[in-house]
Amino acid sequence: MSTAVSCRGITKWFGEGGARVQALRGLDLDIGMGELAMLVGPSGCGKTTLISIIAGLLDPSEGDLEVLGTRSKDLSPEEQIFFRRKNLGFVFQQFNLLPTLTAAENVAVPLFVAGFPRRPAIEQASELLDGLGLGGHLSHLPSQLSGGQQQRVAIARALIHDPRLVVCDEPTSALDAKTGHKVMELFAEVAVRPDRALIVVTHDSRIFDFADVITHMEDGRAIREERKRGSGRAFEAGASINAPDQFLIERTL
Amino acid sequence: MNSISSVELSHPIKTEGRRICGRSPQKSKTWSSAMNWVAMTMLTGDRAKYIGLIFAISFSSFLITQQASIFAGLMNRTRSQILDVTDADVWVMDPATQYVDEVYALKDSDLGRVRGVPGVKWAVPFFKGQPRAKAPDGKFRVAILLGLDDGSLTGAPEPRRMILGNIESLRDPDAVLIDLAGYHFFFPGQPLVAGKTLEMNDHRAKIVGIVDASPPFTTFPVLYTRYSQALNYVGRERALLSFILVKAAPAVSKEELTQRIQAATGLKAATSREFGWMTIVYYLIHTGIPINFGLTVGIAMIVGTVVAGQTFYLFTLENLKQFGALKAMGTTNRRLVGMILLQALVVGAVGYAIGMGLAAVFFIVARTEATRAIVLLWQVMAGTGVVVLFIVMVASLLSIRKVLVLEPAMVFRG
Repeated sequence: MSTAVSCRGITKWFGEGGARVQALRGLDLDIGMGELAMLVGPSGCGKTTLISIIAGLLDPSEGDLEVLGTRSKDLSPEEQIFFRRKNLGFVFQQFNLLPTLTAAENVAVPLFVAGFPRRPAIEQASELLDGLGLGGHLSHLPSQLSGGQQQRVAIARALIHDPRLVVCDEPTSALDAKTGHKVMELFAEVAVRPDRALIVVTHDSRIFDFADVITHMEDGRAIREERKRGSGRAFEAGASINAPDQFLIERTL
Repeated sequence: MNSISSVELSHPIKTEGRRICGRSPQKSKTWSSAMNWVAMTMLTGDRAKYIGLIFAISFSSFLITQQASIFAGLMNRTRSQILDVTDADVWVMDPATQYVDEVYALKDSDLGRVRGVPGVKWAVPFFKGQPRAKAPDGKFRVAILLGLDDGSLTGAPEPRRMILGNIESLRDPDAVLIDLAGYHFFFPGQPLVAGKTLEMNDHRAKIVGIVDASPPFTTFPVLYTRYSQALNYVGRERALLSFILVKAAPAVSKEELTQRIQAATGLKAATSREFGWMTIVYYLIHTGIPINFGLTVGIAMIVGTVVAGQTFYLFTLENLKQFGALKAMGTTNRRLVGMILLQALVVGAVGYAIGMGLAAVFFIVARTEATRAIVLLWQVMAGTGVVVLFIVMVASLLSIRKVLVLEPAMVFRG
């Protein structure tokens, strides 16, 4: 299995002088292609900073980052934008749908950004939404959709341009437990593919079952990794096996 | 799940191959148009803010246009009597003359001196005074009396401006032409007929024609008569030669001729255009008119800029998450700036169009004899367009700055 994301010694500082804060402290992380990886940990542990760096929205202060085989340091700012446009999909905590666009139009936005004409892009988005069970809501505005429906629209938007890496920030936090579970079921079914990696930041332990690998973070570091047996790479020596059910392989980082 | 699979199978999304639905992505023009459409939808989707923005720009452009047009119309009125003389090129006057309404009479001999200047085709006397005219029913008013050269009637209104009678009738004894507004003042509600009389300086003045004269700044009635007859209508003064009207000989420019006359006679000479502007500048400097109108125009600009700017900024702030999401998805700063500028320009164009429409309606509705010649000028419309462009650009600057410094990573912060 090839590596989708490789982080080595990633450090991130915010602020200047006395107000300087270290959000990430030499973090190492590998996410394989085809994996649904979850980043979990308490608030302020650096999860959001990490996915922002992986997504190319922030630059690391130190360390090496390789995403989909490309070193971020090798890309100019403009190349980073085009790389992101082509290869990344996003699912945000608050959905961040454009309130004045219909569901189908919202889904088509990444295609607009990528340079596709409006009408065929919306047609394509409509077909995708139809497949997600929202065929009857194509012309609904986000305000006319439930939270679960909005998140499904957001998922469709993240996938419409066939990205190779999808980054999700707390995709279920704005949803009730049942809806959140349904959304994750759908997400896992639709998004997980051998040629795509997914990173999900979450606090929601009820959706951990969907992960292939869970990385626990604390104070800017990855402290522990749990991996489903057979879902990812063989661990190096030192990995422990203690989980009784799905997460059979655990190691301290 | 089956439905998803079927979608993926039947409609593969192949962005890596840069194809979708069998079509290739188009060049930046299409990209722009799709994103421009998104920008327009964002703008018009929030109706309240959109209408607020349009109102601010409409209000500003209406107020600026209306006030500037009234101002320009008033200023233009100050040179009405100059503009109405179309058959002369140059006005000769006392060297101390500042504007058309205050004159110091020349000596009769000056006429001969001017005629002797090389390049003068002809030169004729022209009187401008302000006698008091009285109607048979006792109604009186100060009038602007223009005395035309007896022989040539130079300085008479153009024939097309005659509403009743003809210019040649001025050669009759006691004949005067009166402007329409003056006629309505002295004979309100009465039909337009020749033969009515006025009295000036105890002399009878018989109205032989009615003329559509340009409205004077002072709104006084305008009367035309022969130069020799004008002497009877004003109090006796030693000299009555207000101006000398001069026609340039062929191949001599007006500007050149004014210089020659000034050099040869020591009198002031100005082309009609120059004299008109002298008069306007006098009123600009010596009255509070430009300050009053300028204040209103300035306030309209400030109100328009502040209201539009604030509303636009709030609009951008409320959409900041969306702009952040677009940025995260790979929209460049240049494109986002383009979207904001497009929104600003559309707001400006729509607001400007409504403002101009309102101004046009105002000038149609408010048109009376007293306000005639105060019209919506294309120059004012063009100027207002530039001002509105300035307003929307300033209004969008803050928004552009906000979006430029926006970190796309903010979309991950709840």
